Amino acid sequence: METNQATHDDAHSHNVGPSARKRLWNVFWLLLVITLVEVGLAFTPLNKDLLIALFFGFTLVKAYYIVAYFMHLKTETKEMGWMLIGPFIFIIYFIILMLYQGVALHHDFFGF
Amino acid sequence: MNTEKTTLWDGGKSPFSVAWGKLYMWIFLLSDAFTFSSLLISYGVLRHKYAEVWPKASDVFGHFPFFGEQHIPLAYVGLMTFILILSSVTMVLAVEASHRKSKKEILIWLSLTIVGGFFFIGSQAWEWTHFIIGSEEGAIHLTKTPDNKFNGMIAHWANPEKTAILLPDGSPLTPQQSAPYIANAEEVTGANLEVNEYGPPMFGDYFFGVTGFHGFHVFSGIVINIIVLILVWNGAFNKKGNYGIIENIGLYWHFVDLVWVFVFTCFYLV
Repeated sequence: METNQATHDDAHSHNVGPSARKRLWNVFWLLLVITLVEVGLAFTPLNKDLLIALFFGFTLVKAYYIVAYFMHLKTETKEMGWMLIGPFIFIIYFIILMLYQGVALHHDFFGF
Repeated sequence: MNTEKTTLWDGGKSPFSVAWGKLYMWIFLLSDAFTFSSLLISYGVLRHKYAEVWPKASDVFGHFPFFGEQHIPLAYVGLMTFILILSSVTMVLAVEASHRKSKKEILIWLSLTIVGGFFFIGSQAWEWTHFIIGSEEGAIHLTKTPDNKFNGMIAHWANPEKTAILLPDGSPLTPQQSAPYIANAEEVTGANLEVNEYGPPMFGDYFFGVTGFHGFHVFSGIVINIIVLILVWNGAFNKKGNYGIIENIGLYWHFVDLVWVFVFTCFYLV
């Protein structure tokens, strides 16, 4: 058990200390700026589909930074990262499937 | 039989080099992520189904505390997002302090996280209240329309005298044309689970359902944080010399922030 605790602490030496704290604040500012840009974009007359793509793109960037730096997944083992990210293949499949369904329901409802 | 354990998967230590509590928390969060994904995906389906008549969030959520009826779209929800991200930083700083076993810093950062959490659910309660009460003029719920095309849908008033309407697809009608629609309709203000003045009932249902489910997560997070705060205060972890639980509740709190990032995009931006 002692060796286990040692590897555990070792993996977290990146996440402790002044430089780690500075990095966390940098992530915070980045997330804030992205959120402000998103709110700003909502008022621009850009093409609707382009806007939706941009919003989801920014959302995924924010999600990456939260998971990688706030939740420290970046400093966990690669195996654990894949174990947790891998299953989202089903969610991607589900999104594609259900968007198709949504378009069909729209057609039934509006007739176009 | 006692054999030499040489690889990670032979037992005796964690295959992912993490404490079991943290692994449990991650697996729980994975399942919770699936729950939220399913909710948001089904929201997306209805959003597509009712594309033309779905309300725009910037029209619905445009109030700001102390600014009365002034329309300031997305500002308040932007502030809520800011507060939640900020509470995520204070949480991760508590985790950082826990690695240094600095009890005092843990107490400070964890308390700030709890304050942020209360601010967030307070804001959500405020926003719900505005959504439930609704606007001054309201809208009308068409029960039976001349061509049966818009039965059960919401139409907005085209003039302050409430004699002409805009059909759900946005086309304006004259007072004469509007009369048969208004005759078979009822006025609606605000929102509940059956009807709302902004658009399809599903808009209100999903807003209450998903933001409520998320808000409940925030609330649980606050309760858990308070319990751990008291335990830290009493020195429960000094005896064990292990602050792993701070990391686990930190993961939960960041997850709640992560979910909000997606809820914010789906409900307010898109």
